[in-house]
Amino acid sequence: MELLAYGSFFLCFASIFAVMALGLNLQWGFAGLFNVGVAGFVAIGAYASALLTTSLGWPVALGWIGAMAAAGIAAFIVGLAALRLREDYLAITTFGIAVVIQLVALNAQALTGGPFGIQSIPKPLSAWLGAGLAWNLAYLALVLGVVGLAWWGLERLVAGPWGRVLRAIREDEAAAASLGKPARRYRLQAFVLGCMLMGLGGALYAHFVGYIAPEDFLPVLTFQVWAMLIVGGSGRNLGAVAGAVLVWGIWTVSGGLLRDLLPQAEQARGAALQVVLIGVLIAAILVARPRGLFGERATVSRHAAEDAT
Amino acid sequence: MLQLLADGLVVGSVIALGAVGLTLTYSILRFANFGQGEFLTWGAYLAVTALGFVVAVTGGGVMQPIGPFSFGWELLVAMVIAAALTAGLALLVDWLLFQRLRARGAAITLVIASFGAALALRNLLQFLYGTLPEYYTREIQIAIRLVPRDVLGGLRITPDQLLVIGMTGAVVLGLHLLLTRTTLGRAMRATAMNPALARVAGVDVAAVIRATWIIGAALAAVAGVFAGLVGQIRPGLGFELLLPLFAAAILGGIGSVWGAVLGGFIVGLAESFSVPIFGAEYRAATAFLVLIAILLLRPNGLFGEKP
Repeated sequence: MELLAYGSFFLCFASIFAVMALGLNLQWGFAGLFNVGVAGFVAIGAYASALLTTSLGWPVALGWIGAMAAAGIAAFIVGLAALRLREDYLAITTFGIAVVIQLVALNAQALTGGPFGIQSIPKPLSAWLGAGLAWNLAYLALVLGVVGLAWWGLERLVAGPWGRVLRAIREDEAAAASLGKPARRYRLQAFVLGCMLMGLGGALYAHFVGYIAPEDFLPVLTFQVWAMLIVGGSGRNLGAVAGAVLVWGIWTVSGGLLRDLLPQAEQARGAALQVVLIGVLIAAILVARPRGLFGERATVSRHAAEDAT
Repeated sequence: MLQLLADGLVVGSVIALGAVGLTLTYSILRFANFGQGEFLTWGAYLAVTALGFVVAVTGGGVMQPIGPFSFGWELLVAMVIAAALTAGLALLVDWLLFQRLRARGAAITLVIASFGAALALRNLLQFLYGTLPEYYTREIQIAIRLVPRDVLGGLRITPDQLLVIGMTGAVVLGLHLLLTRTTLGRAMRATAMNPALARVAGVDVAAVIRATWIIGAALAAVAGVFAGLVGQIRPGLGFELLLPLFAAAILGGIGSVWGAVLGGFIVGLAESFSVPIFGAEYRAATAFLVLIAILLLRPNGLFGEKP
C-alpha cells in the first residue's frame, strides 16, 4: 500500500516532467531550437493557472488552458525577437526571460505572493476523492491522459507534412527556403507550441502540489528537463518520456541516498552535490552517446538504401 | 546623478572584463559559453583560498593594507594565483568536455554542454565553500567625497572602487596591445575570422584555442576578484552577472574587445540608472532590456561585422 502511494507520487512527477520534455523535444529534437528558459515558461504556466483558479475562482480546466495561453503568448513575443537571428541568440534570450520571470515572481508581491508564493491552489476533484491515495491515483490518471494526448498529437504533427518541413529546416534551412518553405514561421510555431506544453506542465505541477514559490522554478529545473531529453534521446517522443522517468528516478534515488548518507548539517551541501552528479551525467552522455537511449531514427529514402546494398 | 554614474562605472568594470573573455571565446571557439559566469565565481573563491595561503606563509597571518586601500599586496598576489588556477580550470573543462564535442562539430551541443558544465561548476563550488558570503578583508573603508553634495547630488567613492576602474582600463589596454602587436594576437584574430584559412596559413589552431581559454578565464577571475572586492563573494556571484555579460558582449559586437568593454560600461550604467526608476530588485532585468533592444535594433552590435 505504501509502495503504491509512493509509486503514484513518483510517477505523477515523472509524467509532469514528461509533458515538459515533450515540449522541449518539439523545439530541440524536431526544430533544433535551443531553449534555455524552460523553467521560465513552466513558471508562467504554473503562476497563470494558480492565479486564475485562486484569485478569479475559475475551474481548473480553464486554468490549464489559461496556462497554455500565457506561456504561448510569452513564447510568441520572445520568438519574434530572437528567432530571426543566429541560433544561439535564442539560447541567450530565453535564458534572460527565465531570469526576468524569476525576478518578477520573487518581487511582484501583490501578484505572485513574492518569496512566499501562492498557497492552497485547488486540487481538481478533491471534493469527491479527498486528499489521500485515491486522489493521487486519479490525478496520475489525469496526467497520464495529458501525456498520452500530447504524445499522440505530436506524433501526428511530426509525422505529417508540418513535421517533415520542420526537420528539413533544421537540417538545411537554405534548401528548405529554396523550396518555398517559410522557415521563420515554422520555427516560431514549433517554439510557441513547445512552450505551451511547458506551461501546461507547470499548471499540472501547481495543482498537484497545491503550492508554488519562485524557488520551484530555478535554472536547475531547466537543466533537469534538458537532462531528461538528452538521456532519453532527442528527436523521438519515446526518448523524451523515457528520459523523464529515468532521470527523475536517478534524481530521487540520488537525493534519498545523499540525505541518508550525510548528517543533518550537511544537507544543503548534499543538494549541491546532487546537481554536480547530474551535470557530470549529462556531459558524459553528450560525449559518449550524443543520441541518448532512444535517439532519432535515421530517415532514409528506401531507394537510397537499395543503392547502398 | 553623479553617484549613480560612479556606481555604474564600478559595476561596468566587472562586466567589461568578464564580457571581454566571453566575446573572445564566442568569436574564436564559436559558441556562447554559459560557463563564463562560473569562471568569475571560481576566480573570486580561489583568490580567497590563495589569499589565506599567501598571508599564512608570509605575513604571519595578518594583511597590512597599502595606503588608502582596504587590502595589502597579498591580495594582488592571490589574484594572480587565482587567475592562473582559473585558466587551468578552463583548460581542464575544455579538455574533458568541449574539445571532444568540438571534434564532432555541432556548435549548439557545445552550448548545452556549457550550460551543464556551468551548473556542475557552481554547485561544486557551493559544495566546497558553502553558501555563506566571504570577504577578502574586514577593513572598513571610508569613502572619499570627490564632489560636494550640492553639485548634482555629490559623489562619494572608496579608493578600492577607484582602483577597480583604473585597473580595468590597464588590463584592457594590455589585452589590446597583445591582440594587435604580437604574433599570438594576430593568430587569434585570424582564427576568429576564418579557422580553415588560418590553419592553412600555418596557424596552430589548437594553441590559439588554449590561449583563448587562458586569457578569457584569467580575465574572468580578475573580474570576479574585483566584484568580490567591492561587494560580497557568494556562490551566485558569477551566475547573476551572466546575463549582463552576454548583453555587453552582444551590444559591443561579438569578437570586438573594445566593443565588449564599452558594452560592459553601458550595461553597468544602465543598471545603475534604472535603480531609482524600477527599484534595486529589478536591477538584473535592465540587462535583459538592453539585450532585447540590441537584438531588435542592431543585432550585430555596435562594432560587430556583418556575419
